[in-house]
Amino acid sequence: MSEYLKTIASIIIMAAATGQLIAQQEQDLLSLLGREETTEYAAASFKTNRIINLHSLESTSSGVLDTKISHRFGFVNGGPYELFGLDQATIRIGLDYGISERLTIGIGRSSYEKTYDGFIKYKILRQSTGLKEMPITLCVLGTSAILTLKWADQSRENLFSSRLYHVGQVIIGRKFSNGFSMQLSPTIVHRNLVKTAAEENDVLAIGIGGRIKLSKRLSLNTEYIYILPDQTDPLYRNSLSIGFDIETGGHVFQLHFTNSTSMIEKGFIAETVGDWGDGDIHFGFNISRVFTIVKPKS
Amino acid sequence: MEPLITERMKWIIVVLSIVLVMPIVSAQKYYSRTARVFFISEAPLEKIEGINNSGYIIIDAGSGAIEMSVLIKGFTFEKALMQDHFNENYMESTKFPKGIFKGSVSNLSEVNFAMDGDYTVKATGTMTLHGVSKPLTTTAGVNVKGGILSAHSTFEIVIADYNIDVPKVVRENIAKSVRVSVQTDLKKM
Repeated sequence: MSEYLKTIASIIIMAAATGQLIAQQEQDLLSLLGREETTEYAAASFKTNRIINLHSLESTSSGVLDTKISHRFGFVNGGPYELFGLDQATIRIGLDYGISERLTIGIGRSSYEKTYDGFIKYKILRQSTGLKEMPITLCVLGTSAILTLKWADQSRENLFSSRLYHVGQVIIGRKFSNGFSMQLSPTIVHRNLVKTAAEENDVLAIGIGGRIKLSKRLSLNTEYIYILPDQTDPLYRNSLSIGFDIETGGHVFQLHFTNSTSMIEKGFIAETVGDWGDGDIHFGFNISRVFTIVKPKS
Repeated sequence: MEPLITERMKWIIVVLSIVLVMPIVSAQKYYSRTARVFFISEAPLEKIEGINNSGYIIIDAGSGAIEMSVLIKGFTFEKALMQDHFNENYMESTKFPKGIFKGSVSNLSEVNFAMDGDYTVKATGTMTLHGVSKPLTTTAGVNVKGGILSAHSTFEIVIADYNIDVPKVVRENIAKSVRVSVQTDLKKM
């Protein structure tokens, strides 16, 4: 009898194994090829390479020229007489170019303090999943600015080096989900000449910024820059900005409110005078338009 | 008492089931991990082309089953922004990472992958894109030479069928129907 049972059992096992083989065959041919062995890099953590004033963790794509026209109007507390600041405007015109997927350079000219600026930004780590796993993106940024305003006091000895400002920044960020990205930007601002002896030539600050996607083409961005204590004159404030990115084809429109007048690092980090509480808020916008200069090889 | 199924009979059943299953299990399969998947959208204002050179295809010559898969993020474009928009706004490739076709050869009797020659293969199956599955029928030209299948096929994808939303402002930039072509050499597995 036990022989009989064994036989039945072996037939059942055999049939089950056969059935399973056929089923596997029919359902999952692709699995025979294994998983695609690729590394997927996080893309579009931010819609453009700026959050508002701060550099975002994004680079300009290789071979792409990004032209930026940015405005900051006057303080909204100017009231109806100043049309809430719209009567005044400062402008920065900038060009950013992606030399490679990791390396971006850019130049700009601001009407505020007649300043020229340039930057170089390098992506050291890229957030990725798959073959290579990397939880964060890490960039380093160096910017320099030359102030070309005429010296207030022509009689004293004015050195060219006194016109120069340098900024070093590390950007550590992550796209946490499709709709949420965040980054930290520890920064050092170096000024060769400061207004008073009480001010430090080197100012340490830390920026924090993020975005929440409201729809496929609209996101809400904010950034805040905290200056470490006892480095600047008490009249200077921490920069706080909030705004929207609107994407339409090749353009990104960034509309925002900020208490910073300057649109370059040395200015909006170390020399923001506006106080949100008093209504010292600028309405402003950045318009970014990208042009493909060098097409990738296909 | 003589058992109902003898030791000998048991072995016959075992051998028989192996013999019966063998042809299915060992049926020749052909595959490629480097299929060239190309698509073109020709709209009045803009021509958009995407290409991916690492599509997976597997064909079972015995059953006629065909499966194909391609990573949406693997498509490259002339402009970096097209790639961003393709992934972020249209295909939502984080949510729907792959395009998959599963089907079978409907004229298997007219095709002999083991014999050199040119064949027209009719394939019927289901295309899954952007989380939506739709039936798809296409023909493919297959040239068999020395155990290598050189296959190519072209078909149309109506993007509205796959719930891919195109906003009004770019209606003139993106075609309603996208032409997809697949080309590859398949090797024996």
